[in-house]
Amino acid sequence: MTETLDSLSLVGVYSAMAVYTIAFICFTLDLAQRAAARTKVTKEASERVLVSAGTVPGRHPIGHAKPEASADAERSPISKLERVGFSLTALAFAVHLASVILRGIAASRVPWANMFEFAITATVIIIGVFLAVQVWRDLRFLGAYITGFATLALGVATVGFYVDVVPLPPALQSVWLVIHVLVAILGTAFFALGAALSVVQLVQARREGRGTAGPSWLQRVPDAETLENLAYRVNVVGFVFWTFTLIAGAVWAERAWGRYWGWDTKEVWTFVIWVLFAGYIHARATRGWRGNRAAWLAIVGFSAVIFNFTIVNLFFKGLHAYSGL
Amino acid sequence: MSRSSDTVTDPLRPDDYVGSAAPTVNQPKLGPLGYLRFFWRQLTSMRTALFLLLLLAIAAIPGSLVPQRSADPNGVQTYYDNDVELARVLDFFQLFDVYGSVWFSAVYLLLFISLIGCVLPRTKHHFQALRSRPPKTPARLQRLEGFRTQELGGTDVAGAVASADQVLRRAGYRTERYGDSVSAERGYLRETGNLVFHSALVGVLICVGLGGGLGYTGQKIIVEGQSFTNTLLAYDSFNPGRWFGEETLNPYRIELDSLDVEYEEQNLNAYGQPLDFTANVRVYDQGAPEGVDSTIKVNEPLREGGNDIYLLGNGFAPTITVRNADGDVVFREAVPFLPQDAQLTSIGVVKVPDGLSEQLGMIGFFYPTASELETGALASTHPDLRNPVLTLQLYTGDLQLDDGIPRSVYALETDDMTQLTGRGTDIESLVLAEGDTVEMPNGLGTVTFEQVDRYVSLDIHRDPTQGWVLIFAVLAVAGLLTSLFIPRRRVWIKATEGPDGGVRLEYAGLARGEDPGLERAVADVAERHRKALEKPGA
Repeated sequence: MTETLDSLSLVGVYSAMAVYTIAFICFTLDLAQRAAARTKVTKEASERVLVSAGTVPGRHPIGHAKPEASADAERSPISKLERVGFSLTALAFAVHLASVILRGIAASRVPWANMFEFAITATVIIIGVFLAVQVWRDLRFLGAYITGFATLALGVATVGFYVDVVPLPPALQSVWLVIHVLVAILGTAFFALGAALSVVQLVQARREGRGTAGPSWLQRVPDAETLENLAYRVNVVGFVFWTFTLIAGAVWAERAWGRYWGWDTKEVWTFVIWVLFAGYIHARATRGWRGNRAAWLAIVGFSAVIFNFTIVNLFFKGLHAYSGL
Repeated sequence: MSRSSDTVTDPLRPDDYVGSAAPTVNQPKLGPLGYLRFFWRQLTSMRTALFLLLLLAIAAIPGSLVPQRSADPNGVQTYYDNDVELARVLDFFQLFDVYGSVWFSAVYLLLFISLIGCVLPRTKHHFQALRSRPPKTPARLQRLEGFRTQELGGTDVAGAVASADQVLRRAGYRTERYGDSVSAERGYLRETGNLVFHSALVGVLICVGLGGGLGYTGQKIIVEGQSFTNTLLAYDSFNPGRWFGEETLNPYRIELDSLDVEYEEQNLNAYGQPLDFTANVRVYDQGAPEGVDSTIKVNEPLREGGNDIYLLGNGFAPTITVRNADGDVVFREAVPFLPQDAQLTSIGVVKVPDGLSEQLGMIGFFYPTASELETGALASTHPDLRNPVLTLQLYTGDLQLDDGIPRSVYALETDDMTQLTGRGTDIESLVLAEGDTVEMPNGLGTVTFEQVDRYVSLDIHRDPTQGWVLIFAVLAVAGLLTSLFIPRRRVWIKATEGPDGGVRLEYAGLARGEDPGLERAVADVAERHRKALEKPGA
């Protein structure tokens, strides 16, 4: 029974990967295609901005006129390819989610007790957060990044980390496995989105700084300042989750290892990431650091998260050793 | 908006906070006091705090690359064994004790001084702000964010202002009337949360420091049927904090009845993997001299006498009896063997200093489920006791127990001893199943493998500030949430007489810090105000 469910789950993961790949292709083609279509529309939009700025002089600070312009741009008809990409992502998410749940049923416990399970669950939550965030803001221009990331992560997980279902060792038999790891995954998901926004922000800021048209897909995404604000809000949510992770981890460590903090390699890196994002939040409020430098900090922070999951797990000695992997 | 009113209600922030005024260029000549003040300002500036934060992140990394004495003492020993020169250099830079090192401490202490230097004046300022009234309504609201107007009939200016006051108060604003306008501010909790968060971090740091000094950790191995009394001498190893006093050792006794281990039998991918360890103990203390049955499990420590008692390891302790040539018992003990692999192949050492013609040392291998490999060597194939076998290598000579240097009970110095059995000698190692007795060579006497019991390895901790650390951590989270998600904003409503007898109302807001929802909030206030005016008395 366990093995049947487990192999079904694996088939699901492979299918989701295939659909994510197609979605990735759609999103990428869309970015390329928008390019050509945009040149014309931008001209019109910029005229509109001029007009509105002309009628009510001084109404808006300069930084304020821009988001409206980009909001106009966002409101322009969504490309068909993007819609297809987004629907495919949602479909892949459903399949992916089902296979994660199947894995959980196969193991009769939460499906995040080893690296493989952590990877498939983390990606499904990252995609879930990406889909959910659309209700709040249209961030579909990140579709290529997110689906690319999911495909890559699932590929590495299935090829490199796959392990058969095994029961939990006594050290992991705790309610904190559910809380600590789930919150860590949520934090990771928000940091992943935040890092993507920061990357786009940096590219956008460079384009704006040069005053040239630059890569044409950039004309369809919000301006650097809007991106920075979005990235900040996403990263702050990630930071709160990460703080929970740290504390829940400490509470669990106290129960399982007899001390709440012992500078285990994984604890060190969780701490480093927390400090990096604390630095990011301060950088946002420090003159000379707001903007590009803060964006770099967010990207470094997310890189540390990835480093923490891969390199630290695989090559560093510590207590967070996973069974098999 | 006048600058003076602004300084009263604005959170006091460092000079290089994004929102504060740009620094002036012409600086006066500084005296000694001036320089002190200058350095203090530098230390408490945002830029320094940020720099120290990033430095802290970087400074923490080496501790994950190099083994730490506190977490991995064997790793440190391996460094010394492999390359003494390198290890000495690393040790000189305190890289084996990163988190207690001078340089790491310097970074976090500076960071916390900078933090306190920032938090204290801000707290004072915030207290003042909490008691002051919202600032005067700016002359031209249209320059501010979310500006909107509406004209309403059926009311007069005074009524509209009164109703505006009421609407804003109901929405949680603190209000003040200035002529025909209402000035309102809300979200003071944002700054409160910010201050609570930072103060709680200081609390965490202090508690961690105190806890390390006042508490202690100790380790103890207990074999089934034996017991442990909480006194200093009873510990196998003991690490007291700086201010440890023996009176903090509360009297109690723990007796280990049995250790139950459950292994996976069904799932072939995990066959033999331990599923559960339960130590069944009986605890005797002043409140229960008769003893109370209890259990200790991984993830379920026992809290007793101010201690937290953790089940951190287990293994087998074969009872070995040595008799001399005359048949007198010279040694009988349950000897804890240290597990070497997942199948619990274990190594132990027996030292018999007296009663035989020579001092005798034994290095034993214990296989809970022994099976013979093709090479003829033994190996354990399951961690449970299915075919327990003990093999012994015998050494005679000086055990070096009398030269005053403490020796580990788990290691035997064989350099100056003569090996009697095992690899390199003519005689095979002694091989004993449970209950077997064999003759030792050279007419030394006999060895008996009487029986085998399990033992538990317990970590016993006292950390009097642990609960406080948790409280401060929870406070920090609460502070963080309020400081990040409660918006601090000002809203103004101004009423003037409209051209056609109605009242013209102006609304505008001002963000204090991150406030993406300000425009919506102003619109919302305007909407509610309109509704309130349309149905008077509601």
